[in-house]
Amino acid sequence: MSPGLWGWIALACAIAYASKLLGYGLPAHWLSNPRMGQITTSLTVALLASLTMMNTLASGTHLAFDARLGALLAAAVALWLRLPFLAVVVIGALACALLRWWHM
Amino acid sequence: MGLSIAAATGLYGISFGALSIAAGLSLAQTMALSLLMFTGGSQFAFIGVIAGGGTGAAALGAASLLGVRNAVYGLQMSRLIAPRGPWRWLAAHWTIDESAATASSQIDASEQRRGFWVAGAGVFLLWNLFTLAGALLGDALGDPRRFGLDGAAVAAFLGLLWPRLRAREPVALALVCGLVTAAAVPWLPAGLPILLAAAVGAIWGWWRSRARPALASVPDSSGSPS
Repeated sequence: MSPGLWGWIALACAIAYASKLLGYGLPAHWLSNPRMGQITTSLTVALLASLTMMNTLASGTHLAFDARLGALLAAAVALWLRLPFLAVVVIGALACALLRWWHM
Repeated sequence: MGLSIAAATGLYGISFGALSIAAGLSLAQTMALSLLMFTGGSQFAFIGVIAGGGTGAAALGAASLLGVRNAVYGLQMSRLIAPRGPWRWLAAHWTIDESAATASSQIDASEQRRGFWVAGAGVFLLWNLFTLAGALLGDALGDPRRFGLDGAAVAAFLGLLWPRLRAREPVALALVCGLVTAAAVPWLPAGLPILLAAAVGAIWGWWRSRARPALASVPDSSGSPS
């Protein structure tokens, strides 16, 4: 891999650690105020929803409706059935692989 | 509870290792993320953006924004477990969803402290071991699409999101952000639609906080890891 990606990895790791450490150093009232809590909660939901959608539909900078939609549906059913995380991931992969195989 | 958290982490680590290799990262880069970043949601975000063809800068942006919640956990943990001296540096590194949730679920102060350190150390050890196992497995599998590993990534992100959708409001927010992402993909460079959705989420949170008090920010420990 290019050295450029290593640079981004190092920087992202440093920022991740700084965020954690920040909580131990900041004055309590700053982060514990309700507004910060609400923004953090919403930000997390927004990012995960966006990542789910991007991994389902994006193919570079195009939208593609393919076997990954089947993976999304199968994973949703598995989660609704309260299966453990790995089972959900494996079911997603299986659904995707089977749909692709069946289409070819 | 410790055992179930450890098992979940192990299985989750295998998925991360395999998907990271499928995204095009090397074994060393995959391990660097698990050892040094050590916050699963951000790690998945980082490789998810790279897999989608996004730049390193976009991957860094998504991972860093997803890590903001760890600052809130850090604040809670600095009060609950009050680490001293060099322990504070280690405590910060091990401040993640699982350790914060374990500590917060205990009532007694010494149990809170014990829960934090046991969950933090256990998850750190297992997360890295299983990332390595997953990465080696991913290397052996070859073409990731043949085994539906791109479908596994979809399932993994939905699995991280799911435990946070217990009320109507986060469901509405998730749907809006999903639509914004899909609408933005054809128009923006790869990776940026995620940051656009993040901006929508932050504005939504800011707006909602004027309307009513905040939700609890520590997830309960029975949920999926992130």
